[in-house]
Amino acid sequence: MTTGAELPAPVPEVQPETAAFWEATSRGVLLVQRCTACGTSVWYPRFLCSNCHSSELKQVEASGRATVYSFTLTTRGILEYKDCGPYVLALVELEEGPKMLTNIVECDPETLSIGQSVQVVFHDTGAGSALPRFRPAA
Amino acid sequence: MTIRRKAFIAGAYEHPGRELPDRSIAQIHAEVALGALADAGLTLADVDGYFTGGDAPGLGGLAMADYLGLAVRYMDSSDMGGSVYLSHVGHAAAAIATGKCSVALITLGGRPRTTALRAPGQLMGAPPEAAFEPVFGMNVSAVYALAAARHIHEYGTTSEQLAEIKVAASLHAQHNERALLRKVVTVEDVVNSPMVSSPLHRLDCCVVTDGGGALVLVNEDIAKSLDRHCVAVLGHGEAIEHTKGGWQDVTVTGGVRSGRDAFEEAGVSRSNIDYVGLYDSFTITVLLALEDLGFCDKGEGGKFVLGGTLQAPFGKLPFNTDGGSLCNNHPANRGGMTKMIEAVRQLRGEAHSAVQVPDCEIALAHGTGGWLSTRMGNATVILGREDA
Ligand SMILES: [Zn+2]
Repeated sequence: MTTGAELPAPVPEVQPETAAFWEATSRGVLLVQRCTACGTSVWYPRFLCSNCHSSELKQVEASGRATVYSFTLTTRGILEYKDCGPYVLALVELEEGPKMLTNIVECDPETLSIGQSVQVVFHDTGAGSALPRFRPAA
Repeated sequence: MTIRRKAFIAGAYEHPGRELPDRSIAQIHAEVALGALADAGLTLADVDGYFTGGDAPGLGGLAMADYLGLAVRYMDSSDMGGSVYLSHVGHAAAAIATGKCSVALITLGGRPRTTALRAPGQLMGAPPEAAFEPVFGMNVSAVYALAAARHIHEYGTTSEQLAEIKVAASLHAQHNERALLRKVVTVEDVVNSPMVSSPLHRLDCCVVTDGGGALVLVNEDIAKSLDRHCVAVLGHGEAIEHTKGGWQDVTVTGGVRSGRDAFEEAGVSRSNIDYVGLYDSFTITVLLALEDLGFCDKGEGGKFVLGGTLQAPFGKLPFNTDGGSLCNNHPANRGGMTKMIEAVRQLRGEAHSAVQVPDCEIALAHGTGGWLSTRMGNATVILGREDA
């Protein structure tokens, strides 16, 4: 079971519209976009609000707190995850509302449960960015 | 304006191969095209409309039209994953209904059993979510597992209930001499098979096969002129679902809307359906389709499949009588085509005698392409036995 340190941290391809997001991760900050027109928070970062299509989105520093919405212990990693052994892929619901795909680390998957509180941690990719993953909240 | 009874399926052909290292993907497309046209009593020269999905090599349908020597006046190379061949049936019927073409060919072919996997959805370059999903180890079985885990959490669905779907498919596959997996399995076999992505076990997953399939749709006049039993397209609907910027409900598919539209166009109700071909990439895919198409209430799918509901010929709602993608065939990692082909066999009375649904008059074929939990394309087609 891969619970954290051994998980690969692939380098994300940074686009102009996601540069601010990834730069923040390197400082240990999780940014979530909030639409100034309709108030919806959006994941993943993009040019326009997927709810009302306004392009007036502002970057908000997320609390880093979330709950587990669903999770799986998967044994079928591909690409960089091909040989890393089983790991937890999850959808977590951020305190700000939207769900994001991520990993739960530093956990025993046998005792993990839907609804559980988790907290963001950052895993350095070595290329000026860090992957936001989550661990059970203390 | 409706497509109801404007187009008829004259030819349907499933490639007999399951492992095809000695053929190019283009050749597989060509072989299934010839097979479906021969089934209809037509030739490539008769084809004036061509429909392909993302499995076709080259730019849209251009390369395959060139390879096949097609002179078409209508082409559609839309793609939304493995369900798109059901979309193509709707698009072809619409094109026929408006006179844009009269003989429509739809082909599928691929060799995922022979060649290595690519990253999901990255055939045509990295999509915008690439930096936010694959970096966390997103894989196909895992995102289906996320939907299954949430359904279990919300509705108390069990692994044993999901296993019933595989059991029914395996009971059917035993009669299909070409099925990749012909062994009848039990609920215990399924839940005791190795965990792939919890809660989905190995036997909750479909097979990986090389191969393909094709369909030929014609207008009413041509259908009347052909000796072959043609099957009427009665209705079609399609819908996509995605993350909605992170606000998705992973227990619901676009089948809610594709099914509603198909039933409305066909003018039939759930109780009129004698046979269903349901996209079965995983057992959970079938369970969600049963709920979203309205054969049972949301959350009741687990109970609905108990007691042999899906088992042909006498279950309440016989499904995937060829063994489906769970046991028979999932060519090019895309299951929509084979759902159509077996539905046509059922309406023609040409399914295996052990699983032929008696007096099969109206059938539904339904696809879920792409990925549960993130983004998917759903399409539903309703077919009638009555010839032109
Ligand atoms: Zn908005």
